[in-house]
This record gives sequence, C-alpha cells and structure tokens, in this order.
Amino acid sequence: MTDPAPTVIVIEDEPKIRRFVRMSLESEGFQVFEADSVRRGLIEAGTRKPDLAVLDLGLPDGEGVDFIRDLRAWSDIPVIVLSARTSESEKVAALDAGADDYLVKPFGTAELMARVRAQMRRHARVGKDGTNVCEFGNIRVDLARRAVQRGGEPVHLTPIEYRLLTCLLANPDSVLTHRQLLKQVWGPSHDEDSHYVRVFMGHLRKKLEEDPSQPRHILTEAGVGYRFVL
Amino acid sequence: MANQRPNPDELLSRIKEDEARAARGKLKIFFGASAGVGKTYAMLSTARQQAKQGVDVVVGVAETHGRKETEALLEGLQRLPLREVRHRGRLLTEFDLDGALARKPALILVDELAHSNITGSRHPKRWQDVDELLAAGIDVYSTVNVQHLETLNDVVGGITGIRVWETVPDHVFDAADEVVLVDLPPDELLQRLKEGKVYMPHQAERAIQNFFRKGNLIALRELALRRTADRVDSQMLKYRRDQAVTPVWQTRESLLACIGPGEGGDRIVRSAARIAAKLDVPWHVIHVETPALRGLSDSRRKLVVRNLKLAADTGAETASISGADVVEAIITYARSHNLSKVLVGRDHARSWRPWYRSVADRIGKQAADLDVIQVAREEARPEKERAEPTDRPLLDRLKAPWQSFAKSAAFCAAATLIALPLRGVFDLTNIAMLFLMAVVAAAVRYGFGPAVAASFLNVAAFDFFFVPPRFSFAVSDAQYLLTFSVMLGAGIFTAKLTADLKFQARSATSREQRVRALYEMSRDLSAALMPEQIAEICQRFAETVFGARIAILLAGENDRLHQPLEIPGGSPAVDMGICHWAFEHGAEAGFGTDTLPGSPLLYVPLQAPMRTRGVLALEPRHPRRLLAPEQRRLLDTFARLIAIAVERMHYVDVAQKTTVQMESERLRNSLLSAISHDLRTPLTALTGLADSLFLTQPPPAPQQAEIAASMREEALRMNALVNNLLDMARLQAGAVTLNRQWQLLEEVVGSAIKSLGGNLAKHHIAVRLPEDLPLLEFDAVLIERVLANLLDNAAKYTPAGSHISIGAAAARRDTVEVWVEDDGPGLPAGREEEIFKKFERGQKESPLPGVGLGLTICRAIMAAHGGAIRAENRPEGGARFVFTLPRGTPPSIAAAEEHPLAGDALRD
Repeated sequence: MTDPAPTVIVIEDEPKIRRFVRMSLESEGFQVFEADSVRRGLIEAGTRKPDLAVLDLGLPDGEGVDFIRDLRAWSDIPVIVLSARTSESEKVAALDAGADDYLVKPFGTAELMARVRAQMRRHARVGKDGTNVCEFGNIRVDLARRAVQRGGEPVHLTPIEYRLLTCLLANPDSVLTHRQLLKQVWGPSHDEDSHYVRVFMGHLRKKLEEDPSQPRHILTEAGVGYRFVL
Repeated sequence: MANQRPNPDELLSRIKEDEARAARGKLKIFFGASAGVGKTYAMLSTARQQAKQGVDVVVGVAETHGRKETEALLEGLQRLPLREVRHRGRLLTEFDLDGALARKPALILVDELAHSNITGSRHPKRWQDVDELLAAGIDVYSTVNVQHLETLNDVVGGITGIRVWETVPDHVFDAADEVVLVDLPPDELLQRLKEGKVYMPHQAERAIQNFFRKGNLIALRELALRRTADRVDSQMLKYRRDQAVTPVWQTRESLLACIGPGEGGDRIVRSAARIAAKLDVPWHVIHVETPALRGLSDSRRKLVVRNLKLAADTGAETASISGADVVEAIITYARSHNLSKVLVGRDHARSWRPWYRSVADRIGKQAADLDVIQVAREEARPEKERAEPTDRPLLDRLKAPWQSFAKSAAFCAAATLIALPLRGVFDLTNIAMLFLMAVVAAAVRYGFGPAVAASFLNVAAFDFFFVPPRFSFAVSDAQYLLTFSVMLGAGIFTAKLTADLKFQARSATSREQRVRALYEMSRDLSAALMPEQIAEICQRFAETVFGARIAILLAGENDRLHQPLEIPGGSPAVDMGICHWAFEHGAEAGFGTDTLPGSPLLYVPLQAPMRTRGVLALEPRHPRRLLAPEQRRLLDTFARLIAIAVERMHYVDVAQKTTVQMESERLRNSLLSAISHDLRTPLTALTGLADSLFLTQPPPAPQQAEIAASMREEALRMNALVNNLLDMARLQAGAVTLNRQWQLLEEVVGSAIKSLGGNLAKHHIAVRLPEDLPLLEFDAVLIERVLANLLDNAAKYTPAGSHISIGAAAARRDTVEVWVEDDGPGLPAGREEEIFKKFERGQKESPLPGVGLGLTICRAIMAAHGGAIRAENRPEGGARFVFTLPRGTPPSIAAAEEHPLAGDALRD
C-alpha cells in the first residue's frame, strides 16, 4: 500500500523559478500544481487540497501575507515563503501571519528540498498520536514528567526556559519569530521585549548545546527569530 | 511649614539665569555713604591683591583727585590709556571702552559708575559701558555713592540739600555680584574733610559745608547700611526660594502709580519703585490725558514723557491713556490689570474750596476695594499751580479761522431775521430760545472761539432788536440780564463740551487709525513671500504711522548682514557699524537709545522667536515724536512683525528644500529596490536551473555535471557581488535605518558562522566570548554581515588549517570590543587603513574572488552604529580586525522572570 503522492502548490510569478522548483519537487516524488498570482493560488489551494504550499512574497496582485492569512483561516498546511534578501520585516510579517519557514533568493535545490522534507515530516508526526517524549542530539525531553536529560544527566530548567523549550519542540524545523515566542511564553502584553527571548534562549543554549556559540539545534535566524532543528 | 515643591518653571528660569550669569563677567561694587569714605582706595587695594595672585588686572579709569595715598596704590598696575575727545575746543579724556574690549583683561577697574560720558561716546552713561564689559566676560570693580542710586536720589537730596544728577539705575546695583560697603564713622569723615582729603567736584564751598554736617552724615550712613542690608535680604529670599524652604507667595498685590503734569511726577515714580521693590511686585505707571490737559505746554508734556521713561527704565509698565475723568480712568485701568494699590500725588490743599475732594478721596469713594497711597509733595508750602509761561494762553484757544467767525455771525443774523417777523406772535422768552439755538449751532460747528463770539453777538442782537427799549442797548428790565448770562453760559458750555468731544474723538480716531494700519500691515505681511515685498509694505506703514523712511537689512545663513533691501522711493544711508552692533547685541541703538544717541537714525534689531533676523533703520522726520512710550511700543510691535514675516519666509524655504530632499530620497529608495528585484530574479532562476540540470532524466554526464556546478557557482558569486554593490549604494545614501535591538553577541556570531557554511570547512573556528558580556544594542542582520565578511576574509586570505578565533571584551566603560583574528600571513604592512577603502584588496589582482567592497561595507555599518572598525597585525603573527560597539544601558530582565502564563504547571 502506497501513500498517495503528497501535493504541493507553488505560487510564484516568475515562470523559470516555478520551473526549477517544480522539477526539484517532482524528482522527489511530489505532485506539483502551479499558480502565478494570489487569487489563482487561493483557488488552487481550495480545489487541489495540497499538503504544502511554496509561496513567493513578491506577487504582482497582492501581498503574500494576505494569502497566508486567507489560507490559515481554513487550513493549517505548512507554508514556505520565498523572499528577497533584505526584507527581514517582510519575512517576520509572513511568519507572524502563519508561515512556517522561509527561503532566501537565490536558493538551490538542496536547500529547498531540505526545508520541504522537514515540513512534511513534522506534518506527518503531528498526524500520529502525540508522543510524550522527544529526543534530539543527546537531549531527551519527557513532556509528561517535565524532565530534561542531557547525556543521561538531568538538566534543571527554570519554568520559563522549559516553556520556551516546549514551544520550540512544538514547531520543529520551523521558524518562530520573537513575537510569537514572547506571546506564547510571556503573554500578549510583552511583544516589544524581544531581549527577554534572546536572553533566555541564550540560557537554554548554554544548558543544552555542546557549543553554545555554534549551536546545532537552537539556531538563530538573524533579525527574524529562531529555528529548532532536530 | 511643610516643604513645598518649588515651581519647576521658576527653577528652569533660574537655571537659565545661572547659565547666562556664568558666561558674564562679575561686577563688584564698592559702595559708600558719601564722597571721601575711601571707596577708590578700597577698590585699588583689593585689585592689587588680585594682581599679586596673578590675575590680569587693568585700570580702566580711576579718579584719585590728587590724593597721594590713592595714587601710590596705582603703581604697578597696568593702566589703559584714556580716550581723548575734542569737545567744544577743549581736549577731554574719557574711558576707552573699545580699547578695554580689545585688551580683554580678566579684571578691569572702572571708577565712578554713575559718571555721564562725553557726548559722542557710544553710551551716554558709564554704567552702560560697564554692562558691555560684563557681557564680554570681563570682571569689573566699580564705585558708587548712595546718592547716585536712582530711587534714593531724591531722598538724599532732601537730606543734604545737594542733588546729584548723575544716577545709576537700581537694577544695576541689585544685579551686581558683590557689593562691598566701605564704611567710615562720621567723626572720622569730618576729620578727613579738615585735612583736605575729601574731594567733591562741581559743588560750591558753602554747599559742601552744608553737606558735611554730622546729622547728614549719620543719616546717609544709615541709608547706605540699610540699602546694603536690603540687598542681603533679597539675596537670602532668593536663596530660600531656591531651596524651597518657605512656600512661594501666590498672591501678588501689584501697584499702580499715576502721574500728572505737575512737578512731583518723578518723586511719585521713585516712591512707587521703592515700594514695589520692597513688596517685590510688578508695577505700572500711567498718565491720564484729560481734555483739560490738551493745552499743556511742550515743556510740561516733555516732563511727563521723561517721567514715564524714568518709570520704564526702572522696570515699570507704562501707559498713557486718555479719558474724560481722571479718577474713572485710573479705576478702570487698575481693575482691568488687576492692580490693587494705587499711588497718587497729594493734591494741594485748597482750603478756599471746602467741597473739593482730592483725587485720592475720590478714588477711595468710587472704588472701596483699592488701596490708595498719597505721596507727599517736595515742598512743604502749598504751591499755586504756576501757569507756565508757554502754556497756551486763553486767547490762543479762542483762535479759529476768520471764516468760522463770519459763518457764526451769519447764524446770528439768520436767527435775528427769523425772529423779527415772529415778534408779535411769540413771547420774548421763546424768541430767546431761538437765539440760544443759534449759539449752540455755532458752538457745535465752529468751535470755542466762534461760539463765544456768537454768544455775545446773539445777546447784543437780542438786546438791540427785541428787549425793550428796542433799538438800543439799554435794558429796562433787569431780568434780561439773567437771560443774557444764561445764553452766554450755554454757549460757552456747549462750545467747551463739543471741543472736548472733538478732542476725544480725534484721539480715538488716531488710535483707531494706528491700530488699523497695524492690522493692515500684519495682514499684508502674512501674504508676503519675497523680501522686497516685505520692504515695500514696511515702507508704506512707516511712512503712514511714524512719518519715517526706513531701511531693512536682513541676515543671511551665516548670520552676516546683507546690504539693505531695495525700497522704491529710496532709503536713508545707514551706518553699517551701528547696524552690526544692534544685530549682535540684540538691542536698539541710535537716536533716543542708550547707545550712540547722537545718530540721526534709530536702529532696531528684528528679533524673531528663534533668532535675530536683521536690523531695521528708521529716519523719522520728527524725531521727538518717537520718544513717547506709545510710539516705542508701536515700533517694537512693528519690528517683531517684520521679524516673524522674515522667519516665516525662511522656514517656507526650508520646508520646500526638505520636501525636495524627501522626494529624491524616496525616488532613490524605490530605484534601489527595483534594481534589487530585477537583478535577483534572473540570478535565482540561474542558480535554480543549474541545479535542475542534475535532476534531468537521464542524469547528466560527469562533464555536464561539472559545467552545471560551475554555472551554479558563478551565479552565486554574482549574487554576492550584486549584494555588496546594492548594500554599498544603500549605506552610502544614508538610507539605512537600523533595527536596533538588545541582544546577545553570541547569537549573531553563531548565525554568521552558520551562514558561511562550507566556506569555513577547512579552518578551525574558535569562539571565545566572556560569560558576563552584557546585552548590546545593534542591528542583528547588519552585524551578522560584518562578522560574516570578516570571517570570509579570514578564510580567504589564510591557508587551509589556520585557526580563526572570535573574541570580545568590555574594554572601556562605554564600549565593547569584538575581534576576529587569525594566525595566517597577516596584512601587508602599512595598508591597515587602506584596505577599508572602496575597491581595495589586500593584494592587487588577486585570484581570490571578491571586488573589494566587503570591508568598506563593514566600516559603513559600524559608523551607522556609532562604533568603529580597524585592522592590525598581531604581534604573534596573523591579522586582527577589531570593531567597537557603544555599550549603552541594557534593559533589566528581572521582570522577565515573573509569572509566565498560568496553567504552565499542568501543561504537557
């Protein structure tokens, strides 16, 4: 029994970029549908019921952010956005609106596929019964008993640090903006105090990472937020 | 008495005062009760001590009057040569103000503060010279006698019988930084007088004997002591107010003084000044011009103006108001300005009019809520109001053009002609009414003189033609005498009334005209857009209201005055020196002011709220007219309106330039984004398509794969170049807005290392950041770029296997240093600065990729952060790049620890 091929929609107005994205995805066994504008993209998303969306932020007939908001109203499929290099605010806005990850143009096939695969994995995992134990590197997190172990030794986390960790664990391989983390851990009144997040993330890194200055799991996306890699 | 918080506005003004005072020179006054107590001696002694301590002391002017001991003190002190002035054929010497300003000593001695300067000097009074010296930052020592103080001048004159005309305003004395009382007991002073050591110029022998009576000296000594004590008292009050030890009074009882045309006006002003100073309240001085005072001689009117000026100089607000009744006018003014105390001169005792109520009584009666203070007259004996020889004589007031007399005579004739046929019909009393009418008509139309003439004519006509016996001037019935007198009286009264009304109407009209002219000018000015328009409008107004020609000089960007503006109809020739003086000092100069009053023009600086914008020069046809306080107020308003219009023009200009700048910046930004997008899209396509070559079926041959890989690499390289160029363009245009956040350096280091990925694979990277490095405020993306650039360079220019390390330290109190160093070959000696220049590379024509913008961009980014970047060679070999960031004050995170959202304990 084979799973039906996962579908992806690619919303991008530049045909050549669409072409190579399609080729990359199809080579890995995805079924690809294309759209070249926000409107068409919404229609395709509605009719084809894809498992993932790849969205360009510089679409001619509207803001990519609007597409994300519309989509998120009725679907929670992962969304990867393609953005130009120097618009951190664009990326942050897209992520805050509901996107999960982003790619900076120009990007290569390898990066694209890595991100796509990570998102599909997460999607699949959520579909199974939620497990209560999470492992990455030599860290083991038991969510039921709120116990964290590193290399077999227990690690003590303050309540805030633990809460941060759970946020990250809930969204592996996705990018979380400072604002999202602030809202989830400290509440909606603190969304301007991003230094809180940074300081506590630093603590977490010190406690969990081998080399806090060159982390492998809790990665910083400068100007945007954090990415947790399993 | 609870401590009240001091008024913040007051404290602010006090701080500003202190600042201003710090830049100003310090004035030390040696104060004495009379001539001969030894003030000059004391001043010179103190100055010598200062000179011994190494202070740069210069003697500006010192009056020794030939006394040997005083002259001995002058030895060893530098003396500024006096200015020589030829006046009326004689050679006189005077203190050289410009010389002193040029010499700029630390301390200068200027004797006799109350001295009046020779005509032709810049200021008429020496204390004004001293003021300029203080403003230039030079400290001054000077001497003053108690009788020279403005408010005490008349008191001392009364005590001693000698009135000195050279005075110093009290505010100069009060504003002095230090006052030293030089005190000598009267017995010792008399002894010195006997020894001939006391010198009083310009006084007769007898007067001096009168002056130096022991009673006088004691009184003067007390006056001097008390005045010094008052000063100390007010200083203490100020101190207490600063320290907010006592609450500041909120209620103020302000003072109103009224002066008339009589002799005692200055006495009233001085009393008011003293009382106001004691109570520390604002005070007003007014002069009520009733119709009766119209006939004042010129000299009397000048006296009034002079007294008002004295009041204004001493710090009062003055006004000249017209009204029918003195008492009413005073009460209205007092009520409208919220003044609760009224000061008037004591009226002369008029015992032969027992029903006469003095002005003070009437005020008290009509306004029971006002305090009334009567100031005594100088002379004890009652003085008849002497008619000044040049008061307008009665005959003058009767004058009128002969046509008016003729016409009023015609009225009489008409009345007679009308009445004659009616003689039989009406009673004589009614015919009298007709004649009365004629008199009233003549009074209304032709004024006082013709009305009086008409009255007489009518009475004569009535008598001649109607009163029996007819056709003769005899009167049979004495009751007609009553008729005659009533007619005469009615005529005169009506004439007087209408004349008064006309006067009031005239003055009201002229005031209304002035206000309307002011309104029209401000309306026109608000529409003016060019300096020439402003000049033309002002010329019109000046001509109408002041009867003067004007010249306007505006200041340019660098605060230098340009040439006068072109005015149609020509403008007077201005003295640029005086213009510059007025502009720099922000004070009026020229005719009627304290500076260079000999000049025929009046120079007024145009002071706008932000800066002084230029100078206005007036050449009035009747200079005396400008002296009245009303005119000066008008002139002040005039100057301010012009200044505001000029300032408005300036800011319109600024706004336009800014709009243009903003537009061009917007254009540049959108251009950059468009270029950025247009370049990146094909690059993305290239990279992607090169990648896709690997995915074709069948997979490409090794040769093809290699080609595809090269294509990809080159596309990425071009991408890096495009990024650099665009970043450089953006940074150069200053269009970068930093997104500064407080963050950990460690994070940015980590992401920079990651972003380089494989480039660093062949090197050993070590990160050594101190544990206690504080949060720093910077733009993460930009600093990541700086680190990435530095790391990339390190990887490019060092052989494989080299060690690259990143470190940081809080070097100084206000900066943090971050460095990237390697153990490779290091930088070419002497080129540490050059590599930061655009398109510079370590070695020319190197095979390594890159166009040489990386370090330039780093420097621009660091500059935008307020930091710096430099390169150096390590002593143990290898290159080291260091950049600094300002530390700032990181926000506290104590609050971050408190309550995360509830429900955490139960969550999975």
